[in-house]
Amino acid sequence: MFKKTSIALALSLSLLVPAVSHAEGAIVGLITKTNTNPFFVKMKEGAEAKAKELGMTLQSFAGKVDGDNDTQVQAIENLIAAGAKGILITPSDSKAIVPAVEKARKAGILVIALDTPLDPANAADATFATDNFKAGELIGQWAAATLGDKAKDAKIALLDLNVNQISVDVARDQGFLKGFGIDLKDAKKMGDEDDKRIVGNDVTSGSEEGGRKAMENLMQKDAGVNVVYTINEPAAAGAYEALKAVGKEKEVLIVSVDGGCPGVKNVRDGVIGATSMQFPLLMASKGIEAVAEFAKSGTKPQNSEGLDFMNTGVELITDKPASGINSLTSEEGLKKCWG
Amino acid sequence: MATDDFEAVAAKAGGTVASFEVDKLSLGERLQRFLHNYPTAAPMFVLLLAILAFYVIVGEKFLAPFNLSLVLQQVTIIGIIGVAQTLVILTAGIDLSVGAIMVLCSVVMGRTAIEMGLPSGIAIMLGFIVGALCGAINGFLITRLRLPPFITTLGTWSIFFAINLWYSQSETIRSQDIAEQASLLQFMGISFELWGGARFTLGTITLLLLFIGMWFALNHTPWGRHVYATGDDPQAAQLAGIDTNKVLLSVYIVAGVICALAAWTLIGRVGSISPQAGQTANLDSITAVVIGGTSLFGGRGAIFGTLIGALVVGIFQNGLALAGVDVLWQQFAIGLLIILAVATDQWIRRV
Repeated sequence: MFKKTSIALALSLSLLVPAVSHAEGAIVGLITKTNTNPFFVKMKEGAEAKAKELGMTLQSFAGKVDGDNDTQVQAIENLIAAGAKGILITPSDSKAIVPAVEKARKAGILVIALDTPLDPANAADATFATDNFKAGELIGQWAAATLGDKAKDAKIALLDLNVNQISVDVARDQGFLKGFGIDLKDAKKMGDEDDKRIVGNDVTSGSEEGGRKAMENLMQKDAGVNVVYTINEPAAAGAYEALKAVGKEKEVLIVSVDGGCPGVKNVRDGVIGATSMQFPLLMASKGIEAVAEFAKSGTKPQNSEGLDFMNTGVELITDKPASGINSLTSEEGLKKCWG
Repeated sequence: MATDDFEAVAAKAGGTVASFEVDKLSLGERLQRFLHNYPTAAPMFVLLLAILAFYVIVGEKFLAPFNLSLVLQQVTIIGIIGVAQTLVILTAGIDLSVGAIMVLCSVVMGRTAIEMGLPSGIAIMLGFIVGALCGAINGFLITRLRLPPFITTLGTWSIFFAINLWYSQSETIRSQDIAEQASLLQFMGISFELWGGARFTLGTITLLLLFIGMWFALNHTPWGRHVYATGDDPQAAQLAGIDTNKVLLSVYIVAGVICALAAWTLIGRVGSISPQAGQTANLDSITAVVIGGTSLFGGRGAIFGTLIGALVVGIFQNGLALAGVDVLWQQFAIGLLIILAVATDQWIRRV
């Protein structure tokens, strides 16, 4: 059904545009959650560079704050009106944005979700994202392997994003626990595990201040915490400050996800034990390429095998490699990091 | 004969002088008057009740000196910002830009020290100047252009935050880099242990000194009285010869400077400098002020109420976390407290 309509759309488009259609001059839109987070700033840079290389016109938009759906809907409407060929979007609200995305696709626009899938995922033509579960799993496996026998007596603090159980937050948290070898119960829900090794979950808003506070609170619950999972590297840096304040920073393993340059430097300096790097620049540049291809030939991008999205990859960065888990050193990581 | 009568007539009259009718006060009315006279009594009562309740629920761990000092550390930033917010709210205004000013100041301190390589003392000074400047802009718009504080600071919130993103390029400066190149920026984070494991940072000490200083300024200087008078009834204050515009301008500038102090303290607490920090500081500071019993209608409230308000929020978050209560119920509890505090204020106002 989807295929048929898209073929029909592609055909009708090819009738509208001159027979030899080019990507050159085509408008492509980029809509990020915010324009403050370095992750999205980097994404925009990647998109700008690629669009320039291919001679396309990039129009970028961003929500005011994380969770701001209205501004993203307006951006889609503006892009439809501007006659864009493709839209790359990191949805702030995966469900609420769907009707606007459908309108855009009906207007013959290729819509690709970046970083965060829509709900349902097939509401977009394609999704280019990090496998966040895999990202969590890698640091979980690394932490378990690094502790060795002591893993069975570990005391784990889980520093999540917020209380909303959003998909990225859940996937990283649950991936970490699976990698560490803990029974997940419901893999779509954080905090329902009953393994004694878990000291508790707390939220950080993904910030340094939030990370410090959450770490302080969980240490009050159990001072013996020796493994700390963090949703991202700013939260990890905050957790480290909390540990340092009580002189425990050397005894605790901190793991994280992101691969931002400050985070990778923190791996080098021993603040973070290991982090899973993702590739926002790649998501954006691949997205632009896909739109260019679509504008030229009408073909749409394919998902990675076995996944319902195109995996833009994840790399474990650590200076203490564990056997059996592929990783890059922080020096190598610094060449690939973003933000 | 007529003259003799005066005394006789007077003797017949009742001995009472003209007086107001005295009602028997009900318990509720007495409480209302008591709270009116002592605005910090209600928040203090809530604080003590909360401490007792969490002691019962959580046990010894909650009352451990380390845990209580931890709560104090956790409310340091909001407490400092809260002083700025209290000043503004006492003048019947509101400042939504405090969080943005704080972050901008911290970024200015960080980038001038690390990227431009200025001596950290000068970098901190520059941060304070930027804070004062931001406050002056707010004050200018409110007093000269007669814009309402709510809208003015809503606008400058966006403006200051945008400048912050532009100047910082959305990049975080790492704790380790600051420690290496400009450790004075982290000065406020230096901590020391007092009795029984309680830990204090210089930031916490600064918080307490700031409250004492501001208490003195508000209660024992002409400026402080002018602030209260301006908030209570600006027209009456003007008639009494107070230059209310000058008072308002000074309040916003002082608030800006306090935000810069909060910025320096923030760097000490989190180590690093992130342009994303402090996103909830605006509303959190208003929460502390309101729970602390300062009236949003201006002119009434005590500065120490804000410290108590911040502590109530901190105690609730810490206590509920130690009790293992899900985070969303912590937010629920804080919301309930705000409603309760404002309802109490409305009731007290009717005296």
